[in-house]
Amino acid sequence: MIMKEIRIHGRGGQGSVTAAELLAIAAFEDGLYSQAFPSFGVERRGAPVMAFVRLSDHTIRLRSQVYDPDYVIVQDATLIETVDVASGLKADGMIIINTEHKPEDLHLETEAVVRTIDATRIALDIIGKPIMNTVMLGAFAGASGEVTVDSIKHAVQDRFPGKVGEKNAEAVQSAYDRGVGA
Amino acid sequence: MTGELKSGRQVVEGSYAVAHAAAMCRPDVISAYPITPQTHIVEDLSQFVADGVIDSKYINVESEFSALSALVGASAAGARTYSATTSQGLALMHEVLFNAAGMRLPIVMTIVNRSMSAPINIWNDHQDSVAQRDTGWIQIYIEDAQELVDATAQAFMIGEDPDVSLPVMVCMDGFILSHVFEPVDLLDQKDVDDFLPQFLPVRALDPDNPESFGMFVDPAYYMDFRYLVEQAMDASRSKIEDAAKKFESSFGRHYGGLIDTYHTDGAEIILVAMGSLVGTLRDVVDDLRSKGKPVGLLKIRAFRPFPIDEIKKAVAGAKVVVVLDKNISLGTGEGAVTTEIKAGMYNGDISVPVIGFVIGLGGRDIPVTTVQRIVEKAEDVIRNGIAAESEFVDLNHSHVRV
Amino acid sequence: MIPHAPIGEVGSSLANKTSGWRIFIPVFNAELCNGCGTCETFCPEGIVHKIEGGDTFAADYDYCKGCGICAAECPKDAIEMVLEEK
Repeated sequence: MIMKEIRIHGRGGQGSVTAAELLAIAAFEDGLYSQAFPSFGVERRGAPVMAFVRLSDHTIRLRSQVYDPDYVIVQDATLIETVDVASGLKADGMIIINTEHKPEDLHLETEAVVRTIDATRIALDIIGKPIMNTVMLGAFAGASGEVTVDSIKHAVQDRFPGKVGEKNAEAVQSAYDRGVGA
Repeated sequence: MTGELKSGRQVVEGSYAVAHAAAMCRPDVISAYPITPQTHIVEDLSQFVADGVIDSKYINVESEFSALSALVGASAAGARTYSATTSQGLALMHEVLFNAAGMRLPIVMTIVNRSMSAPINIWNDHQDSVAQRDTGWIQIYIEDAQELVDATAQAFMIGEDPDVSLPVMVCMDGFILSHVFEPVDLLDQKDVDDFLPQFLPVRALDPDNPESFGMFVDPAYYMDFRYLVEQAMDASRSKIEDAAKKFESSFGRHYGGLIDTYHTDGAEIILVAMGSLVGTLRDVVDDLRSKGKPVGLLKIRAFRPFPIDEIKKAVAGAKVVVVLDKNISLGTGEGAVTTEIKAGMYNGDISVPVIGFVIGLGGRDIPVTTVQRIVEKAEDVIRNGIAAESEFVDLNHSHVRV
Repeated sequence: MIPHAPIGEVGSSLANKTSGWRIFIPVFNAELCNGCGTCETFCPEGIVHKIEGGDTFAADYDYCKGCGICAAECPKDAIEMVLEEK
């Protein structure tokens, strides 16, 4: 495996940094080296934020931000209007967007695969709150195959023990099932 | 949040990793004042103390000046002491830094490197600790979260050695290392207990045998005490190497002593850097070597004491030395590492051109492409000689006229 | 040889008798003194104290530097600064 780079776009308060951390922990459980870090911007609620993840089967030494991601995860589709979410995305890469719209309706300028998932709806139905960061990780596991859904669920339940974790894990599985081969 | 001492190999935050490592060294007294991006370290440590998972006394204070002052007193009483700070907090400690070193107190302090105001900025460069280079503290710069853990244990061993008896700063890049999640082998308590001897101070405050610490000293004595600090700094050179070797024999991990080298044999261009940038440079060197370009890397671990002999030996066969400085010594046009390498080589028997690049100030990212452009400039120096001794990298030309 | 750090005996300031610094010496007049203690409060050296078993004050002449602050502050003008014969 060569190194895979992932960029997560969200708004402050949507748990993008937590999603990056959980993805790194899950990938490590799968036997990979991983690195997760926030974009070094001012964090305030509602402001556009980014978080980054690197996965590799070798020690990860690179410390720069991610410029040419293999995957992009967009937690909030309204960001597309203000942020170039597909910037640098590799042509053979993939962008996964939380929206109720179809990929072709988004008119993204990228050669990469565009996937959409209504993560907010899944979160509301299963968790009961519009917390879609863990849902997006399930979708990522399903669509990319870079990390197992079990590891994602372990990471989520380890971070959020009890009922909250269980609900989140259920939402992860639901998004994963929709993500596989979608 | 509960203070949990994790164990084994785990993906943890860099801040947790250093807090855990500090805890494993069993500090008697911890005192710190929270400041971004150091906050998570002291939150973790104070939680460990509050939840009783470690035995340390945690002294809450109202400023960094007080935090270090409290540790000066505790260390003089023979306690193993630990703190962490950054940027403005470190600057506020400035006069106490001199006191800690001059009183020969082996306090260990993590510096989460951040830029200096103004303009106010919370992101990484090395200006804060580089500006404290004359205070008498040993300074070790860290490449990744694992080295951070391991160097923290080594720092106590180095500073507390009776031939050294000096405070030590372990410098880690703010956000880049403090907020990264990556796999870390956490230290086991028994292993650390075996590795790190008990702190036996050269002299300690004792109520039954009162002595005055930090005495007024007149011109007949002052200079001699300063000479002793310089001697102790010099003695720390071999101790830094020894601590790294002892750590390797106990834990199997090694990051270099005063310096580390990577593909410097036969290298025409040698990149020099401190801190997490070294990781990125390793990737760049591997890439360029695979393309047949003779590029090597010299990592400066110890900036104090400055390892000029080791640097000269490593670069003796090169055609150009390229120093990447995350600091600017204003008024010299270049970073401190560039200046010190040039100064250190001036009277020597090797003559290699040295060029400096001021880079990554206030958190400006350092992409691989930027390093590649710097290497191209170095190649130009080999062909045509030095055009500019030092320059700022990746300035925004729409912000300033260059 | 000096120690590794500036560490020395405690109480060394007691060995340094500063009486030689003064030109004028405060003379306390117990007749005029009302025992208010202002002289003790203001002495910058902390060497003016109540006389043992009495209600009036006196300076420790081993350390008094002759600054005259006690005399200046005394509300009863009970302290006089007198040229000291040496």
